[in-house]
Amino acid sequence: MAVNALYSHRDPMLKKRDDFEDILEERRNSSDLKYALRCYTPVLYKGVTPCTSSMLKSMVLQSDQLHYVINQVSKETGKATDDVKEEASAILEEMAQCLQLSTVRFFAFTLTKAFKTLFRSICVNEDGIQRLQQAIQEHPVVLLPSHRSYMDFLLMSYILYTYDVALPVIAAGMDFMGMKFVGEMLRMSGAFFIRRSFGGDKLYWALFSEYVKTMLKNGFAPVEFFLEGTRSRTSKSLTPKLGLLNIVMDPFLKGEVFDVNVVPVSISYERVLEETLYARELLGIPKPKESTSGLFKARKILSEDFGSIHVYFGQPVSVRSLAQGKVNRCQFNLVPRHIPRRPGEDIASFVNDSAYGLVRAQEENMVLKPWVLVASLLLQHHHQNQAAGQKRGIALGELTAQAVWLRDLSRQYGAFLHWPDHIPPSEVVSSSLTLHRGLVRVCEEKVQLAVEQAGGPAGPGPHSSVAPEEELLSQAVIVLSCASYRNQALHVFVRPALLALAIHTASSNQKQEVFNSFSFLRNMFSNEFILCPGATVQDFEEACYLLVKTGALQFTQQEVLVTERGHSTLAFLSSMLDPFLQGYQVVCRFLCEEATETLTEKQFIPAVRKFIKKHLLADPGRLRYMEVLSSDLQKNSLAALLRLGAVWKMKGVEQEMLKVNKVMVNSLEDTLGGKLPTQKAAVARL
Amino acid sequence: MASNSSSDRQRIAQQRLRIIAGHLQGPVDSDSTILAAECKAQGSKTDVSSERKTVPRRRQEILKWNGWGYNDTRFLFNKKGQAEFTGKRYRLSGMIIPALQNWFEGTFGASMQHKSPAMPILTSSAVQPPTLNEAFVDELKSTGIPFSHDAEDRVFRGHGHCLHEVFALREGKVGRVPDIVVWPNCHNDVVKIVELACKHNVCLIPYGGGTSVSSALECPPEETRCIVSLDTSQMNRILWIDEKNLTAHVEAGIVGQELERLLNESGYCTGHEPDSMEFSSLGGWVATRASGMKKNIYGNIEDLVVHVKMVTPQGVIEKGCQCPRMSTGPDIHHFIMGSEGTLGVVTEVTMKIRPMPEYQKYGSVVFPNFEQGVACLREVAKQRCAPASIRLMDNEQFKFGHALKPQVSSIFTSFLDGLKKFYITKFKGFDPDRLCVATLLFEGDREKVLQHEKQVYDIAAKFGGLAAGEDNGQRGYMLTFVIAYLRDLGMDYYVIGESFETSVPWDRVLDICRNVKARIIQECKDKGVQFSPLSTCRVTQTYDAGACVYFYFAFNYRGLSDPVHVYEQVEHAAREEILANGGSLSHHHGVGKLRKEWMRETISDVGMGMLKSVKNYVDPKNIFGNRNLI
Repeated sequence: MAVNALYSHRDPMLKKRDDFEDILEERRNSSDLKYALRCYTPVLYKGVTPCTSSMLKSMVLQSDQLHYVINQVSKETGKATDDVKEEASAILEEMAQCLQLSTVRFFAFTLTKAFKTLFRSICVNEDGIQRLQQAIQEHPVVLLPSHRSYMDFLLMSYILYTYDVALPVIAAGMDFMGMKFVGEMLRMSGAFFIRRSFGGDKLYWALFSEYVKTMLKNGFAPVEFFLEGTRSRTSKSLTPKLGLLNIVMDPFLKGEVFDVNVVPVSISYERVLEETLYARELLGIPKPKESTSGLFKARKILSEDFGSIHVYFGQPVSVRSLAQGKVNRCQFNLVPRHIPRRPGEDIASFVNDSAYGLVRAQEENMVLKPWVLVASLLLQHHHQNQAAGQKRGIALGELTAQAVWLRDLSRQYGAFLHWPDHIPPSEVVSSSLTLHRGLVRVCEEKVQLAVEQAGGPAGPGPHSSVAPEEELLSQAVIVLSCASYRNQALHVFVRPALLALAIHTASSNQKQEVFNSFSFLRNMFSNEFILCPGATVQDFEEACYLLVKTGALQFTQQEVLVTERGHSTLAFLSSMLDPFLQGYQVVCRFLCEEATETLTEKQFIPAVRKFIKKHLLADPGRLRYMEVLSSDLQKNSLAALLRLGAVWKMKGVEQEMLKVNKVMVNSLEDTLGGKLPTQKAAVARL
Repeated sequence: MASNSSSDRQRIAQQRLRIIAGHLQGPVDSDSTILAAECKAQGSKTDVSSERKTVPRRRQEILKWNGWGYNDTRFLFNKKGQAEFTGKRYRLSGMIIPALQNWFEGTFGASMQHKSPAMPILTSSAVQPPTLNEAFVDELKSTGIPFSHDAEDRVFRGHGHCLHEVFALREGKVGRVPDIVVWPNCHNDVVKIVELACKHNVCLIPYGGGTSVSSALECPPEETRCIVSLDTSQMNRILWIDEKNLTAHVEAGIVGQELERLLNESGYCTGHEPDSMEFSSLGGWVATRASGMKKNIYGNIEDLVVHVKMVTPQGVIEKGCQCPRMSTGPDIHHFIMGSEGTLGVVTEVTMKIRPMPEYQKYGSVVFPNFEQGVACLREVAKQRCAPASIRLMDNEQFKFGHALKPQVSSIFTSFLDGLKKFYITKFKGFDPDRLCVATLLFEGDREKVLQHEKQVYDIAAKFGGLAAGEDNGQRGYMLTFVIAYLRDLGMDYYVIGESFETSVPWDRVLDICRNVKARIIQECKDKGVQFSPLSTCRVTQTYDAGACVYFYFAFNYRGLSDPVHVYEQVEHAAREEILANGGSLSHHHGVGKLRKEWMRETISDVGMGMLKSVKNYVDPKNIFGNRNLI
């Protein structure tokens, strides 16, 4: 498995990680202007052929690939080749970056100003930078940062500029181009723009892939893009998108370069700038279109404290060594390499496996702040109290004690936790509460989520004047924001948590039963969490290993036994996944109860949202988790059902219709709820 | 023919001999004539040609038993640390090569202090006693065909020149070797030997010049039968020359330089000049699908052969006429060519011959980088105006060639060299660490050669190439013959290496060169080789649809417990890389046993089945049991 090369789970405790340096510290003590104007002489790729941005464009237009596709398009459409060429050159014009050092210097100056007010520190692992520099010199390099904020790519270029590393060219979504001036600024700082969808457009695809490959092969600059395709609104890593990864691996697979090095970069924000924006978006409160004036308005955030950022440059991964034994490169021997072809099956699964492995490598090196643990605990308490009908928070002391317990557990699971050990835990907890004061309320030493109406401190007056739906939504904003912090830690716990849930839902303690149940849940949630395809057994073993190691489980020949002290761990772990479980169930119920014959994919989210709102308002006891309102969760569950064949798409008159296999959906729902043994569900799947 | 023109021809022949044909300086018989020699075994005692054999039965009398080439010729570092090339046979012989030591130490991290000398003589106790098939031996005796089971004779025929083979010999290690060596004198002798072999079920391994680099001559260790090495070296006569059709009928044991020498005496040549032509034999060329340096004019062996006679266990296979081309089903020559001794012994060949060229001229072009050089070669191939030979060396090889410059006698030449260097690097701005050089050889009418030369230089100029003189070109070709001797020098100082080749479509040339070289360096690093290896290549042949690429690879093995194994792993990886980059398993070295594992993917299952069924029909008892190819 490609995954093995990237990620191997022996003892996660033994994971070696580099130390961080704060790059803002120096900025605070020296002239920003001098910094912006300093001498910048990065090390370049040893095989670099010096060329300018405009030379790049003509190289692309003159490439064999383009010639071929232009002729093909002209034959198919009947347009003259010259017209197609012109079209091509216009597309390229729209796409291409024109990296200019002066613009980068401008950003270096302004960003320094902004960063210094927004953040306490920006910490970078310098060893990672060294490795990157080495890699850039030896091979074409692809940078793969995680994507949680618009800031990510500016931040990346900023850091690379600071360390005198070659500046990357960055694949950016076309939506930025909507922003006057800013779009051009970004272009001049190395961004190139891709349309969000260009499915069947051969010419566009050819131009785009050739453009990226040309930059990569010639060592023009490191190529940077977001494997997740878009910003994760939930702070969970997204299922990787394969298009660009396919493109950057292609030159290696076709032998056009000796190797390509891929560098996963993990950017962790203590507080994400877009925090509540994301929650609103997930709840269907429409997002403002990217615009310059919008950005300008957003400057009010400059007065807030967003804590620190940690950027971890991971180990460069050689595509050559990843592909060793998995891809037969001879498959390109019989057709000229410039003729576009669908990649073979081995390549498709290789790229897919690698993508998952790389996302996991990003997750691995995400720095977790104490708040992430605190938020997880607070959310669970919130839901438990809500179920019990209580409105009281948790005592600060108890929260601290639990946080310390969770700290130790997560460390044992290999989390990259930044918990300042020299500070008393109570201070650590209260300082993270302070930083996130928008999300929590501390009242008489009791802590709870700030879900009471924001109008005032839980006064009875304005409470009644707000429509129940609005109140629901504003509560949900807080819960979803909080959940996004909990989600940061999900990759640490997801495997043991799936096992905990499996033990909970399995009909017996038989090992095989538990495994079946685990494998069912894992399969069900594989659009939700980063679970490498085909690694069920591996994941199961890892989960068992961790739970046994921490004394929560014991294995006999046939059975899985929960130990005395294991119960609380398992309860914590499985309730971590409860919101997801309930979310999938409720989507199933919606499909069984309310899906009409003419439901289209577009209508799905609004319809399911309406359904859930109705139930939340009518019967808050039954639907405990407001997270089920998250469109991300709803989309993922639909994707899972489509993948499992419980729902399928059918060509309608205008749009594709969603068709529901109600028997199967029903049985999936019951199995999720533990009402049906897993085998039955497996049969139903067939 | 007028006596005048015949003396003319002889004059040209002598001139040519000086230039090519192995750069031998030995005396040339001036009274030689075209011979129609009869087979000695048929009782003729007046065979004049028997006096002039280049290769005696006891090869060890003139050739090294554990290295390349002649006993009297080798590189060594003298007391002053200067490299010297001994003997009198080559242009470079007797010369001092001042820059070699520096290059050698710098490139490999080798040191004059760390020597790894070879075992001087073969201890016969290292050789297993022969497994003799008594009945076969008795009948063989009665035929009068000479044979031997002397240890030295046997060892000499148990190997080719792969690194592992020579390395083992230098350490005095000998594996399974043939049990008997026989020296047939003519086609009929071979027929008798093959008949006897079939009758007594002994294994026959044909042996020509012994220059194989594919483990083709290695005796399969699992072979339990008596192994007979059939040495064709004594079958070395030109049986007739047909001047009307420009063909010569030649016994297959003749070695390249002898064939050219004899034909030159009559004013002809074959033009087939593989790098091994001093020692490799006509039969060997046919059996491996050899390629010659000047194939652009004369063609490769498959273009040169008009008629072949091969003795197989099923009898003799040959065509019934000597026609230039036939449409009679699959060409049976293509079962023979490349059969690598698995089907039978090639005994006689009719080859095309050409009048000797009137004029020869070397040349060279310097390019700013390898990419430009390849682009130029591609253009030359496209315009189909390749000279007799055109080769492009990469930067490392260019430097290597430079290190092999002999000491210059006059201040004037060294001044000129300095000036040239200044012009190219300073005035033209070529980066000395990127530039590369193409060597050229033109042949033909004087006028046409000059015209042709201009055409090629004009193309080169379009790719930034600068003419760099005849000397550089000539030295480039001379190195072809001495490079094999250099490996022995390296092995005296902990450096081992080898060359290997492939052919590849034009669009892949640059990629394959880059990737294979990089793969070699990476593999060496991974395998614990202390010092970065020499990893270099050159494009040696151009075709309409692609090129032939040669890789050279050598490293310092100090600190490695099993250097040969490391070497083999790296070579294996390099071959995988070649195949992954669209290169062929071999352009002309053949498959042997070294590259057998990749045959199936190279020619497909059905292809393998075809070859196997031919083998099964022709040689069901696996008499020709060298187990090459399939």
